[in-house]
Amino acid sequence: MIKGISIISAFKAAEVRSIVALPDIVTCDALLWPLSADPAFKFVPVCKEDEGVSICAGLSYCNNRAVLMMQHTGFLDSINAIRAIAVDYQLPIVMVVGLQGAEAGVPAAQSRITGIRALIPISDALGLAYAELGKGEDELTVTQMIHTSYEKSSPCVVFIPQPPV
Amino acid sequence: MVMKRDQALHSLARHYADGIVVAVFQSAFDWMKIRPHPLNYLCVGAMGQASSHALGLALGAPGEKVVVLDGDGSLLMNLGSLVTVANMKPDNFFHFVCQNNMYEVNGKFPIPGAESIRFDQMARAAGYRQVFSFDDLAEFDQQIGAILELKGPVFVCMHIEPGEYYPLDYETIHSEQSRTTFRNALTKRLQMS
Repeated sequence: MIKGISIISAFKAAEVRSIVALPDIVTCDALLWPLSADPAFKFVPVCKEDEGVSICAGLSYCNNRAVLMMQHTGFLDSINAIRAIAVDYQLPIVMVVGLQGAEAGVPAAQSRITGIRALIPISDALGLAYAELGKGEDELTVTQMIHTSYEKSSPCVVFIPQPPV
Repeated sequence: MVMKRDQALHSLARHYADGIVVAVFQSAFDWMKIRPHPLNYLCVGAMGQASSHALGLALGAPGEKVVVLDGDGSLLMNLGSLVTVANMKPDNFFHFVCQNNMYEVNGKFPIPGAESIRFDQMARAAGYRQVFSFDDLAEFDQQIGAILELKGPVFVCMHIEPGEYYPLDYETIHSEQSRTTFRNALTKRLQMS
């Protein structure tokens, strides 16, 4: 079971100051709503996910750690921005991606849903660091991934397959 | 009437000698020759992302002015950014769009709606605090200094045509050196402020 409060704690432990987001049905209730109301974060709602990649890039030059939250369809729609800005430019773009429609207990790579099944080979092809939550120690995993992303100036993706509670 | 882009950018450079500029494509190629400066942010990827990079900078460095030199074709690819920017109300955000009604570096093919599109009206409707449109260089040169002192977000549509030719230096705008130079300059600037 993924806990929203644990992920929010992980963001704070990783010194995240900005949340850039579009709503996603998987993460909306337990993550997006609380994050949008938490004074620890500057909340930046965007109209499209590729905007968010670029906003996080700009923030990174100011040493302002950010997380971009979106649905997996937004991730797929933003591949060129992720390729150019996060991968080619080697910037610490941290993406938290809800897997809308994912089957419980089924790894993303084995999903019957094309868009979810494609996430892992696409991430591998781009050389993105990624993790699928729900396997235990989610809070530590998220904190470490964000720290590593900023220390190495490289992107990472956290996939959230089921709604956090 | 339209302005020569290089002449308009020379005018802007006279009034904005030392701040952050996020520039895209042909405006970037012109700008980095007209105002070479470590605070030129050139690595925006593509697909209309300049204004979004600039918003990140404006939010992350609220004490610094951020000027965007956008293109008309670029802005059409990221029109939602007008709403995103206006919603965040960054008072240090100055969005210039060079409107020549074509994809200049991609074969000079016309943009959709070239004969009718009004970016200034779009920006006003999105909620930008101040909106201007110029097609006369003398008027632009006379007003731009005061415009840069306004509270943003400010939108300036510049009706332009190509002026002096500047080479399409893609290698520089995508280079690691360009990013490192900007990062170091911004870090130094923020430490001083």
